[in-house]
This record gives sequence, structure tokens and C-alpha cells, in this order.
Amino acid sequence: MQSERDPLPFRPYAPGTQPPYDAPAYGSTHKRHPQETLVRLPHTITETAGPRFSTAHFPPIPDLSVVDGKTALGERIIVRGRITDEEGRPVPRTIVEIWQANASGRYQHPADQHDAAVDPNFRGEGRVYTDDEGWYRFTSIKPGAYPWRNHPNAWRPNHIHFSFFGSGFAARLVTQMYFPGDPLLELDPIFLSIPDAAARNRLVCTLDMTVTEPEWALGYRWDVVLRGREATPMEA
Amino acid sequence: MRSATSSQTIGPFWHLIEHPEWADLTRFGAAGARLTLTGSVKDGDGNPVTDAAVELWQADPPADETFPGFGRCRTDERGEFRFNTVKPGPMPGRGNAQQAPHFAICLHARGLLKPVMTRAYLDGDPLNETDPLLSSIEDAKRRATLLARSVSESQWRLDIRLQRGPHGETETVFLDI
Repeated sequence: MQSERDPLPFRPYAPGTQPPYDAPAYGSTHKRHPQETLVRLPHTITETAGPRFSTAHFPPIPDLSVVDGKTALGERIIVRGRITDEEGRPVPRTIVEIWQANASGRYQHPADQHDAAVDPNFRGEGRVYTDDEGWYRFTSIKPGAYPWRNHPNAWRPNHIHFSFFGSGFAARLVTQMYFPGDPLLELDPIFLSIPDAAARNRLVCTLDMTVTEPEWALGYRWDVVLRGREATPMEA
Repeated sequence: MRSATSSQTIGPFWHLIEHPEWADLTRFGAAGARLTLTGSVKDGDGNPVTDAAVELWQADPPADETFPGFGRCRTDERGEFRFNTVKPGPMPGRGNAQQAPHFAICLHARGLLKPVMTRAYLDGDPLNETDPLLSSIEDAKRRATLLARSVSESQWRLDIRLQRGPHGETETVFLDI
């Protein structure tokens, strides 16, 4: 029973929009996916409360394309989009974490042994906050594709990693943004793990000339939807 | 109605956003009794998971300028993580229920297309007996996976197993929230 003082729970995820834990085509899931049935937990304050990220403690890093005043190699891009909940309400002043490979498809990370150039002017970490209307924006370079060892001759499509917190624990989202027209998408077991094709394709950004800065950077638009709350208390 | 954006794995290179100090939730001067939570993450073969991002969320004390309510720690080459935080108190449950002190844990890793969610309670807390989640889990071995063990009064340990083992090793209770 929902009582009046209970927090409004988040909505269940729409069927087919989230990947499974057990995805046989993605080898790393084999020994890491839970096999027992998950225990369903009606939302309490623990699931609906969220952390506090202040810009004083967690300062923005809005430009990944420059390190110490020196410009990274690659195609400069601006990514802009709006974060809303499932009812279309903007999620204001929320933190967005970003990380990615450089233009040659290499992460500045000791575990990345791909034989591609490291760029001293590209670290690959960004952090921005949405404004009062839910808009975020950052500058970067277009990441390269890179090989991985999931299956013979496996390549990840170009992608940027994102992390969102929304308004509570149950809305936590870590995902990847892809680029339009990438032929590697239809070969990628991570992208294809999402059963619903329309949901998958919402991870692909669109070229948006209004985001572009002429003579300087191309622009891409990518909107994100975080879990919303049940509109009215429901009988459990 | 739009549906929530799909999850994708955090992958093996998330350390680009790793800041080791985030594992200390007390660093902004939070008030309250200090508590250390250490533990490990293992896969179905019992091998350490060495590239996980373990997130500790806590609704009590409420997040403010001195307490972010959130921490993140990598697992090291032995699969171990370590947080410094403050001890949570009891929290309201649904209806008239009360929840025993607990942490929420969100674990991301390569091979997890979406995070696994669990909780850490403090073994021996008298409120555990009436906690709605703990008392809903009938299998005692499974229930015990949610109980951090006391190393000392302020040091607790929780070992997480992502998948049951070939010899019946118990999988951690993961939550459908």
C-alpha cells in the first residue's frame, strides 16, 4: 500500500528499452550477470533520494578539446541536448559526466593497449551541468572507433560515454551516445543488446547545424530521458 | 510519454572519470560517527572483478553541502573497494514501517549492460529483524549477502558476488528497483 507520506516511486522501465544482464553475444556478461531472480523492492526514501553535487565541490569541465591551452587532434565537435523526465519535464542543474577515446580511438588509460596514438592534448574527461531548462552543452573532438576482443575483428562504433544522476538512486543512468550513419552500429553487440530498435536508435545523436559553430566546430544534438515518477500513488 | 533512455555498460575505461577522493564521503566535513566500508567484488568463477565502479549512496544523513550522499570507488587488482563515510541512522520505510540503517550500492562494470543494485546493512543491528527488505528474503544464506560484517566498531566489510558459483557459492541479492 502506498501511503501519503511515502515518496512517489519512479515508473517501471518501458518493456524492451533496457538491455538484459545476460547478453550472450557480449562475452564479458557471461561470468558477471546475476542468475538469481532480482528481489523487487518498492521504492523508499533510499531509492528516491539523490546526491548533492555542487559546482564548488565538483567543478565543470566543459571543454575536452583543449589541455593546458593546447588543442587536441581530431574533428572538433559540440554536443548539446536536453535532459527531461518521462513526462517531458526538464531536469535542471543536474550533473552530466562524460568520457571518451581520442580521435584515433585510444583512451588515456593504462589498460588501453590499442596500437593507436595517444594525444597529450586530450584527456577525455568532461563534466557539465544542465541549466534551468535542462539543457547541457560541451565541446570535444569526435572519438575514433577502436578494436576490442569480444569476437574476431570486433570494433566498437564511435561513441561517447555519459553518466546521469537525475533525482534519485533509481534514476541512475550510465550509457553511450553514438554517431549517425555509423556502419559499425549494426555489428556491435553492446548497442544491439537493447531489444527495442527504436530505443536503441535514441542513443544515436543527430547532426544539428544550429549547434554547429561556423568555421570552428560541427554540432550534434542528443536528448536524454531519465526515469519519471508515477503521476499518482498506486496500489501496490 | 517518452521512455527512459537505454543503459549501456560503463566499460573498462571509466577510470577517466575516477577521482579517488570520491570514495571519502566525509571529505567536505560531514558530521556524524565515522564508518569505513570495505569489500570485494567477485564474478561467477570467484575471480576478482578488477575494473568495477562501486557507488555508495546514502539517504541518511540527508545530502547537503557537507555530505554529498554519494561516493564512488574503483575495485583494485584484488577486486577490493574501500569507502569512508558516516554511519546512517534508521530510515522511514513505506507506510508505518521503519528501515534498519543501510547503504544503497550501485555497481557498474564491463560486462554489466546496466548496473546491479544492492544494499549493505550492518550485521547485528537490532532493527534488521524488522527491516522490510531483509525480512522478505527467506533464504538465510541469501539474506546474509546484504549484511556487512563488523571488523571493528567503525569498520565493516561486505563481499559482493555477481553470480552464483559452480559449487553453490551464494550470489549477492540484487534488487529490481
